Amino acid sequence: MGKTLYDKLWDDHTVQRNEDGTVLLYIDRHLVHEVTSPQAFEGLRLADREPWRKDSILAVPDHNVPTFMRHTIEDPVSRMQLETLDKNVAHFGLREFPLNDSRQGIVHVIGPEQGFTQPGVTIVCGDSHTATHGALAALGFGIGTSDVEHVLATQTLLMKKSKNMRVTVDGKLGKGVTAKDIILAVIGRIGTAGATGYTIEYAGEAIRDLSIEGRMTICNMSIEAGARAGLVAVDDKTIDYLRDKPMAPRDDLWDQAVAYWRTLVSDPDAVFDKEITLRAEDIQPQVSWGTSPEMVVPVSTSVPDPAEEADPVKRQAMEQALRYMDLKPGTPMAEIPLDKIFIGSCTNSRIEDLRAVAEIVKGHKVAATIKEAIVVPGSGLVRLQAEKEGLDRIFTEAGFEWREPGCSMCLGMNPDKLGAGERCASTSNRNFEGRQGAGGRTHLASPAMAAAAAIHGHFVDVSQLQ
Amino acid sequence: MKAFTQHQGLVAPLDRPNVDTDAIIPKQFLKAISKTGYGPFLFDDWRYTDGGGMPGQDCSQRPLNPDFVLNQTRYQGASILLTRDNFGCGSSREHAAWALADYGFRCVIAPSFADIFHGNAVSNGILPVRLDAETVERLFQECFSAEGYRLTVDLEARTIETPGGEAIAFEVEDGIRHRLLNGLDDIGITLQSADAIRDYEQRRKQEKPWLYTEPA
Repeated sequence: MGKTLYDKLWDDHTVQRNEDGTVLLYIDRHLVHEVTSPQAFEGLRLADREPWRKDSILAVPDHNVPTFMRHTIEDPVSRMQLETLDKNVAHFGLREFPLNDSRQGIVHVIGPEQGFTQPGVTIVCGDSHTATHGALAALGFGIGTSDVEHVLATQTLLMKKSKNMRVTVDGKLGKGVTAKDIILAVIGRIGTAGATGYTIEYAGEAIRDLSIEGRMTICNMSIEAGARAGLVAVDDKTIDYLRDKPMAPRDDLWDQAVAYWRTLVSDPDAVFDKEITLRAEDIQPQVSWGTSPEMVVPVSTSVPDPAEEADPVKRQAMEQALRYMDLKPGTPMAEIPLDKIFIGSCTNSRIEDLRAVAEIVKGHKVAATIKEAIVVPGSGLVRLQAEKEGLDRIFTEAGFEWREPGCSMCLGMNPDKLGAGERCASTSNRNFEGRQGAGGRTHLASPAMAAAAAIHGHFVDVSQLQ
Repeated sequence: MKAFTQHQGLVAPLDRPNVDTDAIIPKQFLKAISKTGYGPFLFDDWRYTDGGGMPGQDCSQRPLNPDFVLNQTRYQGASILLTRDNFGCGSSREHAAWALADYGFRCVIAPSFADIFHGNAVSNGILPVRLDAETVERLFQECFSAEGYRLTVDLEARTIETPGGEAIAFEVEDGIRHRLLNGLDDIGITLQSADAIRDYEQRRKQEKPWLYTEPA
């Protein structure tokens, strides 16, 4: 029987098989940020241990970083956490892109951008959106801080293999429909626990047609369907993306690497434990209405009615979500007025996302009813590229604020947050209660949808825009 | 890690599915650099009505939400959390497990758990127990109807004993059971395989040398 891509990556990194079915899995690359690493470094110090392989580690501050006047961090607790990362990096002699480095950015944006992420590697980070890196056929997954320490100390993790799931999206996406809409539609279909215990491989014409950036958006939100990892097989786009990346191999090593990378596809006779198929033509621009990413509908429809839900646990959850979101069943999604717009996060802050926003907002103004509309690029290099293309001027002329890179309002560990009751169209990944600020209400959408919502003050169906 | 063999404790019913780690411990508490002190901020947005606490704050004077389960007198001192599907979904923050442990929870019972949270719980001596949805529903009903409802969780025997004397069997991976029963330090165990890791690395360097070139 053939192997799936995940089988191949798993087998290639298996150091040791244990009697209980777990495996000691080798980790090639380790991304470290300020929030989930302090206790791991402290653990190393207390046990008098050193990192096993320092050249496997790249550290970067992102979660707490202010997106304006970033060198004056007013919150002393945030400042202390950022300083702690710098100190740990210095203490253990690690590599970091600090705040004043133009390469600094969101950990999942800079890994691929630098070629630190490569096909066939295992890559971990104390962050659940590490699944992003699967767009380059790397096995990337999020880990807790105990596991961060474990990887630092041993270069391995003790793991149980997941099952294989394939999500196939056949056909061509319609106008205005993007990678974000695909993944939201997938989560809406299978639910937030639909892929728990699985690694998802995304396949099909609509996935192959996406850019690497679009594939990252899809893999990024695998965790919102419960899967720790998402993957896309290597193709010409993968190879082209990595060519000339600063940390990609060169010369003979490049050729050797490419020959191996080409093998990183599921065998034709590989069997998946679960298969899901969607037709791209059926996917419309999506917007979330509730407090879980599975609570999502096409923008052309209305807020669903819990009374129509048969399962009592789900019905109660829907009622709770509607209360929190202050929404009534049957309200057209396009009629919900918005207060704030957030373009950014590891899901949608790459150059392609910013271009999509610019295309929509060029020559328009943010609606007067929108209190704040911010664009937060995923990295310093994305920011520079956008400025080179003049996108920053398009944003500011339209009334958006053009910020510096970081995680920002995706989770509001820095000063960018929602106030209680504020409603936001957000290109981020989680609409949990309080995620963007206590009492804040999040509607997840694609960059194009959030941009159009900024102009109109409410959601509009971008597939219908002229 | 704190060993888990047998635990008898008061049960608190948290009756909602998909409880995410942002709800378990909101983002502002992730700024701390220690592993302790998160207990007072567990479920902060649900537990208090002041719109969110701050790290290090004294919570003794904060206004409590009387409707939230952990604020009800009958559930004071609970050490077993009974909840619904997909508990611990969302972010990888181990602070969620630290907060539950610091509050005093030793065991969480649910029909299913998010993968990363499940691992984090075990790393902190919290036993996640999966039971089928019907059994969980029954435990909810028993818990609601009997004040002081306690369960005895026996990891050695892999059973949960109800006040009525019923023993409900549960499954747990052998490796996890072994680690919890003995309170083992994972890193210490793995480092016993240091030679195997080094051998693997040597092979990998030969086969895939591009992974070991000094990055730019």
